[in-house]
Amino acid sequence: MSIFQFISDFFRDSAHWHGQYGIPHRVLEHLQYSFMALGIAAGIALPAGLITGHTGRGGNALALIATAARALPSYGLLVLMFFWLGIGLTPVMIPLVALAVPPILVTSYEAMRTVDPAPVDAARGMGMGPVAVLFQVELPVALPLILSGLRSAAIQVVSTTAIAAIVSLGGLGRFIIDGLSQRDYEIVVGGATLIVGLALAMIALFWLIGRLAVSPGVRGGR
Amino acid sequence: MSGPGFFDIPSDLQNSYFGLVGLHIEEALIPVAIGLAVALPLGQLCVRFSWLYPPVLWITTVLYAIPSLAFFIFLIDYTGATRTTVVIPLTVYSLVLLVPAIVDGVRSVPQETMSAATAMGFGPVQRYLKVQLPIAVPAIIAGLRVAVASSISLVSVGALIGNQGALGNLLQDAILYHRSELALNSVVTTAALAVLLDIALVLLRMALTPWMPRGDRAARRAARTAAVEPAARPTLEDTAA
Amino acid sequence: MIQIESVTKRYPDGTTAVDNLSLDIPDGSITVLVGPSGCGKTTTLRMVNRMVEPTSGRILLDGSDITEQPVNALRRSMGYVIQNAGLFQHRTIVDNIATVPRMLGWDRRKARERARELMGRVGLDESLARRYPYQLSGGQQQRVGVARALAADPPVLLMDEPFSAVDPIVRKSLQAELLRIQQELGKTIVFVTHDIDEAIKIGDMIAVMRTGGRLAQFAPPDELLSSPADAFVEDFLGTDRGIRRLSFFTSDGLQLTAEPVVAVDADAEQVARATAAGSPYLLLTDAEGKPLGWVAPQDAAGGADKVAVGRLLPYGRPFAAGRESLRDALDCAVLSPTGWAVAVDGEGKVAGVVSQETIGAAIRSAHAEHRDGGGAGRASITKAGAAT
Repeated sequence: MSIFQFISDFFRDSAHWHGQYGIPHRVLEHLQYSFMALGIAAGIALPAGLITGHTGRGGNALALIATAARALPSYGLLVLMFFWLGIGLTPVMIPLVALAVPPILVTSYEAMRTVDPAPVDAARGMGMGPVAVLFQVELPVALPLILSGLRSAAIQVVSTTAIAAIVSLGGLGRFIIDGLSQRDYEIVVGGATLIVGLALAMIALFWLIGRLAVSPGVRGGR
Repeated sequence: MSGPGFFDIPSDLQNSYFGLVGLHIEEALIPVAIGLAVALPLGQLCVRFSWLYPPVLWITTVLYAIPSLAFFIFLIDYTGATRTTVVIPLTVYSLVLLVPAIVDGVRSVPQETMSAATAMGFGPVQRYLKVQLPIAVPAIIAGLRVAVASSISLVSVGALIGNQGALGNLLQDAILYHRSELALNSVVTTAALAVLLDIALVLLRMALTPWMPRGDRAARRAARTAAVEPAARPTLEDTAA
Repeated sequence: MIQIESVTKRYPDGTTAVDNLSLDIPDGSITVLVGPSGCGKTTTLRMVNRMVEPTSGRILLDGSDITEQPVNALRRSMGYVIQNAGLFQHRTIVDNIATVPRMLGWDRRKARERARELMGRVGLDESLARRYPYQLSGGQQQRVGVARALAADPPVLLMDEPFSAVDPIVRKSLQAELLRIQQELGKTIVFVTHDIDEAIKIGDMIAVMRTGGRLAQFAPPDELLSSPADAFVEDFLGTDRGIRRLSFFTSDGLQLTAEPVVAVDADAEQVARATAAGSPYLLLTDAEGKPLGWVAPQDAAGGADKVAVGRLLPYGRPFAAGRESLRDALDCAVLSPTGWAVAVDGEGKVAGVVSQETIGAAIRSAHAEHRDGGGAGRASITKAGAAT
C-alpha cells in the first residue's frame, strides 16, 4: 500500500471529520497552541530585537542568546518540562517559545540594523519625533525582514506543535502519537499530511501579510 | 537521590553514555556532511545560472516546511525504522539551510575581485576554489552553524519512530521508567553538544579566515546575517520577482 | 539671520569637530561651508538644526537662541536636504514631499496639492507623483529631496552635500536649478560641500574651514579668489584663481568694435573699407548677422560673396555680450584662431568683436576699479557665469 493510498483513505474516512477527535477540532487546537507560542515568542523577541537593533547596542549578547536557544532540543525540553511541571499547557509552551525566539530575535535585530540611516537622518532633521521615526520611517522599511523572521518561526512552531500530543495534549500530533501506539499507519500519515498542509498555509499566510502590509516602494526597491 | 544515577543508562538502549553521544554526533553530522557536499555544487550552479535560484529557493522553502516527525513517518514506509529514515530528512534540512548561505556567500565576492582574478589568468575552476570559496567561508560557516544546531536537536525526534534518536532515546526511557534525570541528561548533553560544535565551527572559521579582522564589526554582522534562518531569507516576493 | 557665536563641538573621545566658530549667516542668500573632510562643516550645519548640540557657544536665529523653542518645531521651520536625498522608500513621491506639511497638521489633500506644485518648481514631471523613490534616477531623487525641504515654505534651508553623489552633468543642472529657485524664493540657505568649485559657483558668501574645525576665511567668492587669507585657503582654492575670478566681472564694459565685421552680401568696396580699419582678419556674417567665420582680407577682396567656403576659419564659441563674464570673453578669444573673440546679442547676432589685448585692458581696469572702488566695484560683480 502506498503512502498516497494511506493519505486518501485517511481523508475519505468520514469518521475522521467529526467530533472532538475529528480533523477540524484538531486543526483548531493545533493552531491555537501554535499561535499562542508564536504570540508569546513575538511578545518577547520582537521588542528585544527591535530595541537592540534600533540602539545598536547588545548585538553580541543577542546573538549569544539566539545561539543558546537554538541549541535547546525541543523534544527533550518538552519531556523535561513534563517531568518538572506535569501535564498542562506550560510545558508545551516553553519548548515552542524557545524554538520561535531565535529567528524572530535575530531577524528583527538585523532588520533594524540594516535600515538605511539616511532617511532616518532626514526624518529627524525635518523635525519628526523619535516615536514617529520608528513607526513611520524605520518599521515600514524593516517590515519584510521582520515578517520573514516571524514566518520562519511560525513554520517551525506549527511543525513542532505536534509534540504537544506526547504530553497528552491535543493538536494534530494526536493523530501521529495515537497512530504510532495503535500501529495504525493510516492515521499517522494523515496527521503528518495535515501538519505539512498547515506549515504550507503559514507560508501562504505570511506571503499575504507581506503583500498587504509592505509598501510597494519597499518591495520594488529590493 | 538513591537508585539509578544521572549517567546510568538503561540496558535496553544497548549503549553506554558515551556510546549514545558518539551515535548522536554521527547521526547529526553525517546529514550535514552530505548536505554540504550536495549544496556546494548546487549553490555554484545557482550562482552561475541565476534563473535557477528562485525555483530552488521555492523548493527548499517548501521542503523546510515539512515537519521532521512527518518526514520520518513518510519515510518509514520506504526505509523502515532505521537510521536512514533519520538521516534523509536531516540531510534535506541541511541542504535547505546551506544552499542560500553558499549562494549569498559566493555572491558577496565583489565583482572587482572576480574581474581582477580573471585578469590575472585564473580559470573558472581555480577562480572558484582560490577566490570565491575562501571569501564565502564566513557565510558558509554561518549556515553550517544553524544546520548543525538544528540537526543535533532533531536527531532526538528519531526516538519517536523506534529508538532511532540516540540521546533522544533517553527521553523515551525517562518516560518509560519515570526517571526525570534521564530527560535532564538528554537535554543537557544535547545542548552541550550543540554549543561545543558551534564553538568548534567558530574556531574553524577563524582558522580559515585569518584575513578577517578579529573585531571587525562588518564581518561579524555579515556572519550574523548569514545565520538568519534560511526559511526567513527567501521572502516569497523575492523569489516571485 | 543665523548667528553662530563662539561655538565649539568636542566629542567625548577628545576630538574637536568645531573650534570656537563665529559666523553671521546673512538672510536671503546662499552661504557655503566648504573645506576638506574632517573640517567640521557638516557638524556646524547639523548644529543649526540641533541634530548636534554644541559643547559651548550658542546659535541665534533672528536674534533668539535656537534652544529656546522645541527642537522639532525648530527643525520643521528649516528645510533639510542631505546627500543621496534620504527619501522614504515606502512612500510615493508626493507623500515624501508632503511629509513636513502633514506633520504641521495640513490635511492630506492640501499637502499633496502643495507637493505637486513643488514638483513643478524643482523641475520634476507631475507624472512621477505616484511613483516610488526606487523608480527615479539619482538626480530626480535629489530634486525630490529639495522639494521635500521646501514643502512647508521654511525661511531657512540646510543642505548637506546635496549634490555630491550625482554625476557631474546632473550636478551642474541641479546647481543651476538651485540658483534659479533661489532667485524666485530668496531663502536663507546654508550649503555644505567639499567641492570648492561648487562653492564658488553657488555661494554668495563662502566660509572656508580647515581641519580641526576652525574658520580659515569668510568672504564672498570673488574676494576669496583675489585675496585668500593664507596659504591654506590659497592651496585649497587650487590653481588658476585669477582666471576663475574673472567669472565675477561682467563683460558689460568691453569695447566692442564692428569695423572688421562684414555681411556675406558685402561688395568689394565695403570689404575694402573694413580692411582699411587695419584688422588682420574680417568676420563674415550671414544675411541675418549671425557669424559664419573669419576670413583673410585678400580672400574677400573681390566681395564677400566670392569667398570660398574652404577659406573660412572657425570663429570658436561666441560669448553673450554683457550677460556673460570677462572669463567667457577671454575664453572665446583664446579659443579663436585669430585671437579675437566674437560677441553676440540675445538672438545670436554679432554685436561686435574684441581682441585679446582689449580684454586684457578691461581685466586690468576691472581689477583696479574693484581694488579702489570697494563697494562700487561690488555692484558690477554678478554671477554672470553661473546663471546661464
